[in-house]
Amino acid sequence: MTGKGSPKAGARGSASRPKSSSSAGSAKSNKSAKGKPKPSAGKKEEAAPPASECAPPEDIFPLVLTSKTQELFQCRADEDLTQENPYKLLRKEDILLDVKTRGVVSDFQPFKQLVLDYPEEEILLVYDRDFKYGNNFYLVGSEEKKEQFLHPPEASTQEEEEEAQEAPYKPPESKLWISLGSEVEIEDESIKDHRQKICFKISRIRREFGAPVKFSDHSAVKEKENYVECPSYQDKTFNIKQMEKNAGIQAIPMLVEASTQTKWKYPKNACTQYSAQEFSDEEKQKLFTSKSLKDFINSVSIRFEIALQQNEIMNAFIDDWKVLGEEESSFGGKTDTHLKEYQSFTDLHFSKNKAVSFVNWHPSIPGIIAVAVREKYSFEERINFSAKLLLTHALILIWSFSDPIHPQLLLECPDDVYCFEFCPSDPSIIVGGCMNGQIALWDISAHMERLQSTRTGGGKHAPAKATSLPGFEDPHANDTPVMRYCAVSSIESGHKAPVTDVQWLPDYYEVSRLGTPVENSSGMCLQIMTCSPDCTVFIWDVRAPKAPLSQMTDRKKAEEKRLDILHEIPDTFKHLDLTWKPLIKVALPKLDGGGEYSSMKFSLVDSHRDTWIHGNVDKFHPKTEKLESGIDYATLRVPSAKNLKGQSDVSTKFSLGTEDGELVYADWKMEKDNDTGKLSSSKPSNCFVIHDGLLNTVQRSPFFKDIVLTVGGWTFAIWKEDIMSGPLLQSCCSQKRCTVGHWSISRPGVFFIGKEDGSIDIWDLLEKTHEPSQTQNICTAPITCIKPWIMSSRQHLLAVSDEQGTVYILEIPWTIRHPSNNEKTSVSNYFEREVKHLQYFEARKLFREREKSEMEADEQKRKAEAVPPEKTAEQLEMERKTEYEEYLEVEKKILIQVGILQEAEEPLPTV
Amino acid sequence: MAEVEETLKRIQSHKGVLGTIVVNAEGIPIRTTLDNSTTVQYAGLLHQLTIKARSTVRDIDPQNDLTFLRIRSKKHEIMVAPDKEYLLIVIQNPSE
Repeated sequence: MTGKGSPKAGARGSASRPKSSSSAGSAKSNKSAKGKPKPSAGKKEEAAPPASECAPPEDIFPLVLTSKTQELFQCRADEDLTQENPYKLLRKEDILLDVKTRGVVSDFQPFKQLVLDYPEEEILLVYDRDFKYGNNFYLVGSEEKKEQFLHPPEASTQEEEEEAQEAPYKPPESKLWISLGSEVEIEDESIKDHRQKICFKISRIRREFGAPVKFSDHSAVKEKENYVECPSYQDKTFNIKQMEKNAGIQAIPMLVEASTQTKWKYPKNACTQYSAQEFSDEEKQKLFTSKSLKDFINSVSIRFEIALQQNEIMNAFIDDWKVLGEEESSFGGKTDTHLKEYQSFTDLHFSKNKAVSFVNWHPSIPGIIAVAVREKYSFEERINFSAKLLLTHALILIWSFSDPIHPQLLLECPDDVYCFEFCPSDPSIIVGGCMNGQIALWDISAHMERLQSTRTGGGKHAPAKATSLPGFEDPHANDTPVMRYCAVSSIESGHKAPVTDVQWLPDYYEVSRLGTPVENSSGMCLQIMTCSPDCTVFIWDVRAPKAPLSQMTDRKKAEEKRLDILHEIPDTFKHLDLTWKPLIKVALPKLDGGGEYSSMKFSLVDSHRDTWIHGNVDKFHPKTEKLESGIDYATLRVPSAKNLKGQSDVSTKFSLGTEDGELVYADWKMEKDNDTGKLSSSKPSNCFVIHDGLLNTVQRSPFFKDIVLTVGGWTFAIWKEDIMSGPLLQSCCSQKRCTVGHWSISRPGVFFIGKEDGSIDIWDLLEKTHEPSQTQNICTAPITCIKPWIMSSRQHLLAVSDEQGTVYILEIPWTIRHPSNNEKTSVSNYFEREVKHLQYFEARKLFREREKSEMEADEQKRKAEAVPPEKTAEQLEMERKTEYEEYLEVEKKILIQVGILQEAEEPLPTV
Repeated sequence: MAEVEETLKRIQSHKGVLGTIVVNAEGIPIRTTLDNSTTVQYAGLLHQLTIKARSTVRDIDPQNDLTFLRIRSKKHEIMVAPDKEYLLIVIQNPSE
C-alpha cells in the first residue's frame, strides 16, 4: 500500500501545505462532472491535487441533500451536522431503501451504484458547509478516506502547526519517478540468464590431474560425425501455385501498313480550242435598239462624263514628292562646276605662233576635230613677208583624240582659211573660205577609213609596219598625209575680201538661178552661202553649171593648171576647179542709203547648221547610205529653173552681222525688177547698231528658232527676230573684248562667251542676267573659237581655240550641261517677259514723247503770257551758293543734336 | 436608238478616249469602237473582274452595290460601269 503511504509522507514533508488540502488529500473522493464515480479501491497512484473548489477529488462525491432527506437521515444542516462535527455515517441499507422508495426523487439516486459497490456497511457523509465541492454535502466513497476523516492523524496537525510556523524554508521535494519507457531498454541491456546454465562434468585420469590442460579448436564442420546436418535442397516436385500475378497492360493504336499499286496510264496531250461567244449582227442590232440598253446608257453616262473630265483636269495619281525632286542622282558631280581640261592639241610645226581661226568637230566620226590655222600678221606684215608666205602653205589640221601630238590629216589651202564647214549630208566634203576671197573644197573620203580607225586608237602605225619591207620603206609613210584642195572658186568672180563666213544651205530646199527657193529633189546639201566684208553675200552651187558654152575658155585654163598638180587629188569637184562661180549674188544696200553693209557673219533662219550642232550623230545614218553608192558630183547638174517647184514655206531671211557692229535683217530672195528685168534682192528690213566693234558671232539658238545671239566689241546681245525695237538682252560692257560666243547645245538658257584675255564666261539666263554665272580662264591668248560637242550622254566637250595655235578640249560639268526641269519653257517665258518689257518700254517712250510735247506746249503758252526775269548765270551761282551754305548749317546743327559732331570750343584768348 | 448612239459618241469624243465597249450580262460584246479581238478580250476579262468586284462589295455590306470601277494603269485608265443586264467599258489615256 505504497499509494496510501505516500500522500501521508508527502503531507508530513510539506510544511506549507494548508490544512484543508491535507484533510482533503487524506480522504478523497473524486467525482467527475459527468457523474461517473470511479471506485477508488484499486487505485495505486494518486496525485495529491491541491484543494480547489471546482475540482473535487476522486473519492469525494458532492451531492445535495434536500431538507426531507436530511430529516430522514438525521443529518440536518447545522443541527445534526455542524462545522465541528460534519461527519455522519450512513448505513448502506438505508440509502438503498431510500432509493427504492423514493425512486428518482431520492437524492442518492445518482450514487446508487457507488453505494452498491461500497465495501463497508456504512458510508461517510460529510457536511460541506463551505460548499467546497459545490454542494452542501458530500459522500466519501472510499474506506481509507473514511478512516482519515473520522480519525484524522493528530500528529500531522501538530506537525503542520510547526511546519506552518517554519513556512519560509522549502527543501526540494523528490518527485515521483515517471516511467518514460527507459526501464525497458535497461532491461534489454541487462544480461539475464534465460535458461539454466549447462553444467559439464569432465573427468580425467588421475595421473593428469593438475596437469595443464590443452585446449584446441576443433571444427565441427569438418567431421560430419559430430553433427547431423539438414541442408536445403531443391525439391523438384515442389511447386507453388501462383495465386497472384502482377501484369501490366498498355493500350496502343493499331498500326497497319498496307500498299496498293495503281495501274500506270501513259500521259496524253489533249487540248481544247474555244472561241469567244459573239453575237451575230442581227442580235447585236436587236439588243442595241432595246429599251433596257437605252435606260442603262442614260443612267450610266453621267458617271463616265464625270470620270473622264476628272482625268482631263488633272492626274490624281502623280507622286508629288517625286516630281518635286529635279535631278536624279550624282551629288558628287554637282560640286564640280568648272570646265575640266580633257585634252589639248597643238602642233609644233604647223600651229606654232599661228592663230587658230576656226574649229569644227567632225559631224559623224566622234573625236575628230578640224582646226584651221592662220598667220597672225597684220596687213603690212603680210606684204613684207609675202615671199615667205608663198612658200608655206596654209593648213587645216585634223586631229584625233587618240593622238594629241600628231595631226591625222593636213588639208592644204590656197590661203589662210578664216572659216570652214563640213558638208552635213556628206561629211567628207569640206568647204572653206580663204583670206583671198576664194572658197575651197576638199574631199577627204579617201582618208575617212583612216580617220575612223584612228579613232579607236593606234591604228596608224600597225598597217604601215605590216606592209613595209626593209629597204623599201617609205620614209614618209608615217608622216601625216597632206591633202590638197579639190577645187577653188574662180578668183575673178569670187569675193574680193576674205571670206568670213561660209555655210551649207539645208538639204530640204535649194536656190534656183532666179533666186527663189525651190524644192531640193536630191536630198543633199549642195549649195553654199558665203559672206565677206566686201559687202557681198554669195550663194554657190556644188554642181556643174548648166551652160557649158561660156566656160570653154575657163575649162581650158583649168586643164592647163591642172597638169602641175599632183595626182592624189580626187576628182570630185574637177568640174568646178578654178571656174566656180557663185550662183546668186546678194547685194546689201544700206537702209539709210549710202553704201552697203560689210557682212562679217550671218545666220540663216532655215539652216541646217544650228540644228545639227547638237552633235547627234544618228542624223547622218540615212545619208550615209547614199555615200556608199558614190555620189558623183560631176554628173549633177543645176536644174533648170523652170522645172522646179517653188517652195514657199522656206524663209529666205537671214540675220547679218557687219563690220561696223550692226545687225541687219535681210532677205536673199531675188525679185524680178519689172522695169529693168534684172534680178535684184530686196533691201534689208532692219538694222540695229548695238556693238562697238565688228560682230564676230551671229548665232541662232539651237532651241529657239527666232532667238539670235550676237557678240561684238565689248558686249553681246540677244535678239528676237520679230521684235524690231531692240535686243531682248544686252550685256553691260565687259572689261575685255568679247571675241566669240556660242550657245550651249544642251541647255536652252546657257551660252559661252570667249574673251580677249583667254577666259570664258558661262552665262546662265535663268540664274543671273547681269553677269556671267561663271568665269574660267583657259589660256593667256585671246580666244578665237568656241565649239561645243556631245560625245555621249555623260561627256559633253567644249573645243576652245586661242591665238597661239592651241586647241583646248574641255569637259563640261554636269551643272552646266544638264538642263533643269522645264528649262526650255522657263527660258522661253523669260524671253517673252523681255519682249513685253521692250514693248512696255516702247509704249512708255511714246507716252513720254507725248508728255514732253504737251509740256512744251504749256511752256510755250506760259512764255507767251509773261516773261519772267531771267536770272543771269552769276545770280544763279550766288543763289546756289547761299542755298548750299544754308544746307551746311542745317547739317551741322543736326549732327550736333545727334551727337556725332562736337561743338567747336571757343578758342582761348591768347595772352 | 439615236439617243444611245449620240451618248456613246459623246463619250467617245472626250479627250484621250481610246475606245468604248458595250457588253451584255454574259460578257458578250454588243457594241464597240475597237477591233474584234481586243474587244472580246476586254469584254471577257473585265466582265469577270466586275463580277468579282461586285461580289466583294456586297460581301462586305449586302446593302451596298458596285456602281463604278476604275482601273488606272501606267498607260491608260479603264472605266467600267456595271448594271443588271449590261456593262459599259471606256478606255482613256489620261492627258499627261
